[in-house]
Amino acid sequence: MIQNKSRVNYETHGDAMVIRFSGEIDHHSAVDVRTGIDEKLMMERPPRVFLELSGVEFMDSSGLGLIMGRFALVHRYGGKLAVLDPAPAVQKILLLAGMERMIPIRYSTKNQRKEGKGQ
Amino acid sequence: MTRTRVDFSAAVENEMEMTLPALSVNEGMARAAVAAFCAQLNPTAVELADLKCAVSEAVTNCIVHAYRESAGDIRLNVKLCEGRLVQVEIRDRGCGIPDVRQAREPLFTTDAQGERSGMGFTVMESFCDSVKVHSRVGKGTTVTLLKRLHR
Repeated sequence: MIQNKSRVNYETHGDAMVIRFSGEIDHHSAVDVRTGIDEKLMMERPPRVFLELSGVEFMDSSGLGLIMGRFALVHRYGGKLAVLDPAPAVQKILLLAGMERMIPIRYSTKNQRKEGKGQ
Repeated sequence: MTRTRVDFSAAVENEMEMTLPALSVNEGMARAAVAAFCAQLNPTAVELADLKCAVSEAVTNCIVHAYRESAGDIRLNVKLCEGRLVQVEIRDRGCGIPDVRQAREPLFTTDAQGERSGMGFTVMESFCDSVKVHSRVGKGTTVTLLKRLHR
């Protein structure tokens, strides 16, 4: 029941790094995963970064801070960052914050039908 | 400070109270406990997700801002009222908010360093029917969330 644990794993496809989150993203877990992600990004400096959020079960505004912080970091070394396949509840808070005006939100083909549902 | 006035003369049908130390690991516990207590009203998955998110924002504010990562207690009180009305009160005895109106503005944060988005109150307001904030500098803050469940 108590599971504010976020798990993160990394996949590299050519010049793109996919950072896949699962579990819950709140202040507790964001602080927990932030350093590891930044170390990985600074070491490899991938030109394209995708934050894959389809497996996120919960996210509050701490997740917005986590995304914006990584966006700024990747931007600083000259890379590009996009959010990939946000789960419906995640998409809701991203749109509420107007995040799509700053950071591209992309949907892969397998998750295409989720697009726009928002709930 | 009340945005939407909700007539709060509704009879309380059930009530829960818990006190948690202001530790970030308890953010998940707090929202899960509120959600579990409200489950008896058969809320929709979306209503429950919204409520959890709003509670998480308020509790995080206590930990990050009110107590600034130092020790203190967070008191949660949940009332289930006639007419499927849920009231969640989140109270701290932390530093208080000098300017509540400014604190509620979207994107306003005093902790950009800590990657706070400044969207906490905006999320609470969007996901609840009413958000009331009572704060006194040096005494603490009470946030009262009201959410009416459908059906």
